[in-house]
Amino acid sequence: MAEFSVVGKPLTKPDAYAKVSGQTKFADDLSLPRMLYGRILRSPYPHARILRVDPSRAQTLPGVLAVLTGDDLPVKFGILPVSQDEEALARDKVRYVGDPIAAVAATDEWVADEALDLIDVQFTELPHFMSIPQALAGEGEPIHGTSNVHKAVALEFGDTEAAMRAADHVREDVVFFEGNTHLPMEQHAALAQYAADGKLTLWTSSQTPHYVHRALGKVLDLPMSRIRVIATPNGGGFGGKSDIFSHELVAAKLAIATGRPVKITLTREEVFYAHRGRHPVLMKVRTGFTRSGRITGMQFQSFLDGGGYGSYGVASTYYTGALQATTYAIPRYRFEGVRLFTNKPPCGPKRGHGTPQPRFALEVHLDKVAEELGLDPVEIRRRNLPKSDSRTVNWLRITSCGLTDCINKVVEGSRFLERRTSMPRGRGLGFAVSSYLSGAGTAIYWNDMPHSEVQLKLDRNGGVALLCGAIDIGQGSDHILAAIVAEVLGVAIDDIQLTTADTDLTPIDLGSYSSRVTFMAGNAAKAAAENVRDRLFAVAATALHCDAEELVARDRRIFRLNRPADGLSFAQVVQLAEGEGGVVTGSGSYTPPKLAGPYKGAGVGPSPAYSYSAAVVEVDCDLKTGEVKVPEVWIAHDIGRAINPMLVIGQVEGSVYMALGEALMEEQTFRLGLHKFPSLLEYKSPTALEAPVMHTYLVETIDREGPFGAKEAGQGPLLPVIPAVANAIYNALGIRIDEIPITPDKVLKALNARDKRVGPKTVPAFAFPPLIKAEVPPEWKGK
Amino acid sequence: MSIADKVVVRLRVNGEDTAIMAPPYKTLLEVLREDLGLTGTKHGCELGECSMCGVLVDGKPFLSCLAMPLDLEGREVTTIEGMPRGRELHPLQVAFAELGAAQCGYCTPAMLLTAKALLDREPRPSREAIKDALSGVLCRCTGYLKIFEAVELAASRATRG
Amino acid sequence: MAASQPGAMFIAGGTDLVPNLKRRQFDVPALISLSALSGMRLIAGDAKDGLTIGAGATLDELAHHPALNGPYRALAQACDLVSTPQVRCMGTLGGNLLVDPRCNYYNQTYSWRKAVGFCLKKDGDICLVARSSPRCWAVSSSDSAPVALALNATVVLHGVGGERRIRADDLYKDDGIDYTTKRADEVITSLHVPASKERMTSAYWKLRRRPAFDFPILGVAVALSWDDGMVQTARGALGAVGSRPVDITPFLGPLTGSRPDDRLIAEVADGADKPARPLDNTDLSHYWRKRMTRVYIERALRDACGLPPVEGRLSAQVKASSM
Repeated sequence: MAEFSVVGKPLTKPDAYAKVSGQTKFADDLSLPRMLYGRILRSPYPHARILRVDPSRAQTLPGVLAVLTGDDLPVKFGILPVSQDEEALARDKVRYVGDPIAAVAATDEWVADEALDLIDVQFTELPHFMSIPQALAGEGEPIHGTSNVHKAVALEFGDTEAAMRAADHVREDVVFFEGNTHLPMEQHAALAQYAADGKLTLWTSSQTPHYVHRALGKVLDLPMSRIRVIATPNGGGFGGKSDIFSHELVAAKLAIATGRPVKITLTREEVFYAHRGRHPVLMKVRTGFTRSGRITGMQFQSFLDGGGYGSYGVASTYYTGALQATTYAIPRYRFEGVRLFTNKPPCGPKRGHGTPQPRFALEVHLDKVAEELGLDPVEIRRRNLPKSDSRTVNWLRITSCGLTDCINKVVEGSRFLERRTSMPRGRGLGFAVSSYLSGAGTAIYWNDMPHSEVQLKLDRNGGVALLCGAIDIGQGSDHILAAIVAEVLGVAIDDIQLTTADTDLTPIDLGSYSSRVTFMAGNAAKAAAENVRDRLFAVAATALHCDAEELVARDRRIFRLNRPADGLSFAQVVQLAEGEGGVVTGSGSYTPPKLAGPYKGAGVGPSPAYSYSAAVVEVDCDLKTGEVKVPEVWIAHDIGRAINPMLVIGQVEGSVYMALGEALMEEQTFRLGLHKFPSLLEYKSPTALEAPVMHTYLVETIDREGPFGAKEAGQGPLLPVIPAVANAIYNALGIRIDEIPITPDKVLKALNARDKRVGPKTVPAFAFPPLIKAEVPPEWKGK
Repeated sequence: MSIADKVVVRLRVNGEDTAIMAPPYKTLLEVLREDLGLTGTKHGCELGECSMCGVLVDGKPFLSCLAMPLDLEGREVTTIEGMPRGRELHPLQVAFAELGAAQCGYCTPAMLLTAKALLDREPRPSREAIKDALSGVLCRCTGYLKIFEAVELAASRATRG
Repeated sequence: MAASQPGAMFIAGGTDLVPNLKRRQFDVPALISLSALSGMRLIAGDAKDGLTIGAGATLDELAHHPALNGPYRALAQACDLVSTPQVRCMGTLGGNLLVDPRCNYYNQTYSWRKAVGFCLKKDGDICLVARSSPRCWAVSSSDSAPVALALNATVVLHGVGGERRIRADDLYKDDGIDYTTKRADEVITSLHVPASKERMTSAYWKLRRRPAFDFPILGVAVALSWDDGMVQTARGALGAVGSRPVDITPFLGPLTGSRPDDRLIAEVADGADKPARPLDNTDLSHYWRKRMTRVYIERALRDACGLPPVEGRLSAQVKASSM
């Protein structure tokens, strides 16, 4: 008998048939009788003081039912407890072009749009800050408070200056990573209903319904028990729907104000303003090496361009410094980071949250060092790999680590070492590796409760109702939960009925962010199923006159492992159990172990397990135009265990795709104080014609704490691809583009430059706070 | 502008003739989703820059966000709801489900209809022809590969049978 | 009808017009559909007698039409490189010839344009790309227009005053707003491509970021007629480097009477980019686009001469080279 009957199989996911039939109801597909359409008036100025908002002309337009201004929603909010700096509708100041100011509800969208034109707003313009240097040095009123510095951190683990002095070779690099955005194909949408009984329901395209629930309670000053948030399937998220958005709060308030359902669907332009995407980050990395290529110590600085509000920015800042040491064994480490407010849409978490930028910096830096030391790019990494069951110098606990296997797979698959030295000019191969979290180890708001909870309820025919707060954003989380429960209970995926992300019905899951659902909700689902199974086995053992330990659940039966004929159908056992003790339910929870190290700022970075990835990218460059094509990619990912390899490969391929877009064309740029081109035509998202051949290798390390050994897949595989592109271009053309994205004009510029490089040369002068000198874990002392 | 005047719009959608009253400036996308309840047709930009709203008109891929219903009288509109034959899913729909070609599922209706137009014209297309045919529908989830593979699987099943 | 409804506009495929209407770039009291004029879709003739193409023919039809297989190949290439399959199935040749000149300060929503300050082309009084300029610098973004010039085509217009036939070159004016000599009441009914006594080859090369969706940020159309391996005439035009398609025929003179080789083509391309004046109002930097003009003229000429257009394996333009 095979080990598993569901886990590890490339089965069709439960929501697949609804999706291929167009039956999946996304938020904007919902409508209710008497529904009104809401629209939001947004700031035309990047930075301005609001003197007056006069809605009176709009209020009298036929078809307009309500107009809201900032005074109607005065309570500030923010996704992080430390950054409660947003207002649903700005009251005193606007901080970027697109900042919400007022809102209307009307009988149709045309009337609503017309009403927006009739809202009179008077502003006084303020000087605006559109870049890191401007935010640091620019004159004028800061965007918030007394300084444009949102957060500055400085941590040191051991004496890095001594490590530099002890090194045979020290290298410093400065690189820049331009911001970009998630671009989910589905625009955000929310539908709110306020019933006669005073109960509010909000359907929303959100990755984090629990946090939206909390924010609605706070901003609307309603008890959470009077609010029901239902997350609809997300038409793509990638981190872009994991914040609390103005339109969600506004739709709710408009529904309360009018007593009628109100739907707000963002236009594509508004999605660019909602943003919360990749931070532009300027970085300096300085590393000491021994002659043989072992890292002695590293100093890393990052400057984040945060946009107009905090969002996840404090976490993003720490993330730019957190995962350097989970990928390489770094004995001494210093990290200094600063996030600055600028007059742009707020940045936040995009696939890889805060780590693709430093990953780019580190992986091109290592390639340069390898060349200087006369090592090949693979060898220098092999000499610095972390070990399984170890702890990093910044106290991050590593359980399973399959990085060596990942490296072997892509290096052998691509014949990297042979081919990289024998390709014609213009063609090249690049290599890079990475690691990522399987869920953030600490919750966004401090508490001791579980991060994920699952409830099961069995029916008399053997069906299993599965309730969980997690929302499927396309990554396949519904399947993962169903597969885990089906495996434990010995039923089929079809027997599981999922109810997800409904705060009235489902127990908590913190959300589909930080690659946490498979690991955390998966563990909760496994625990819930095991609880139920224990009860079923106890009943079955009595009926079959055997010990519960002898039983297995499989093929919709519960039977004795050694005498398979001795058994009952799953439904029969459920009926026996229900007859004996009433409704058959069970629940399970997952709380990650407390992993934070003994220093301030240790809350960002810990995860119960890290995934690992390695990539080789081939490029084909046009010497005359500077255009870069990617014909082939080899990618290996340490998934722990693939619950469904088909879905894992889908996540890996999607990550590679998104990485190539970021590496070569996607960028969120600004001109004259506003987004240069908030459209799907001018924000360049790669098409089917640009899809490379991909070779995906899954490495299974069976993590001891993951559900069936599983780790994450949704974000990690993006990370190595971007630097691998840059390294491949160096291999092809001998030029260094130390700035993402790598556009053809930059390639041509570098080809003609004396130093064969395009990229920043220095970082601005900035007085970081005094270093917090953290203790080094015992195993790193004296090393 | 205030309350809009309406005109009679006659359409043939998924083999059914229908007449509704709608403002003349409403696009096919809006009429399909709001007046006919066919919400399987999606939208990503409403400017012709993503093709999420793709439908077929007389078997050819069209953008419903740019098509004016009054211009389509006498023509055959097919949406994702019209893709199965009765209760039987189209082979492309089955292949997309089986191979994980629909991740978030948002581009899936347009992707499927566009692929159907290709297979109706060219039953065994090459990988290059598939890429070319699908080049107008953006997908942010899959990296497109599972979509290409699903089209190939559907084509091989259809031509083998 | 057009005469009786001031401000009314004609609509065929709608793929250019409708997005502009949604962004409030035109204030139109009525649209007049051309879809009922079935005669406008006919394609008749051949290279021997000349070809007449109804302006209502879709770009998709033209991309695959056998009449555009040989000497007029550049037109099929241009049509096949427009945007996406969806747009090509809807969009027509007439509509593509008349694509409203584009500018990334102009092709934006009403609220965006309001935020940045309205421009000359709509609702404002300055050009945001060249602030001291009295004129609009929106970019001619048609793929078929430079081909029509290179093929020396004639445009047939119908209006209240009857039929008018003008050279394609005379259809365009060098102004981003007032970009065509077509009168408001006129419709392009067909494009006539003259016969070629000698063997003729043509090619269209399009520069853009992505191989689908994107408008040209440079287009190069060339047409060569041959006699016994010698070039008899050489015509060419550039797209997307000015407010109208730019004729580069005078710069191709040295090809006449020659058997073009690598060196001659490179030399000709060297000067032929002179009239290209890209500004910073499309995708990618205008310095780079200016530099690319020479490269793409060379590639288009090599293509039309039957020489491999790009060294090595890479094709900067996957679709063009595979045709």
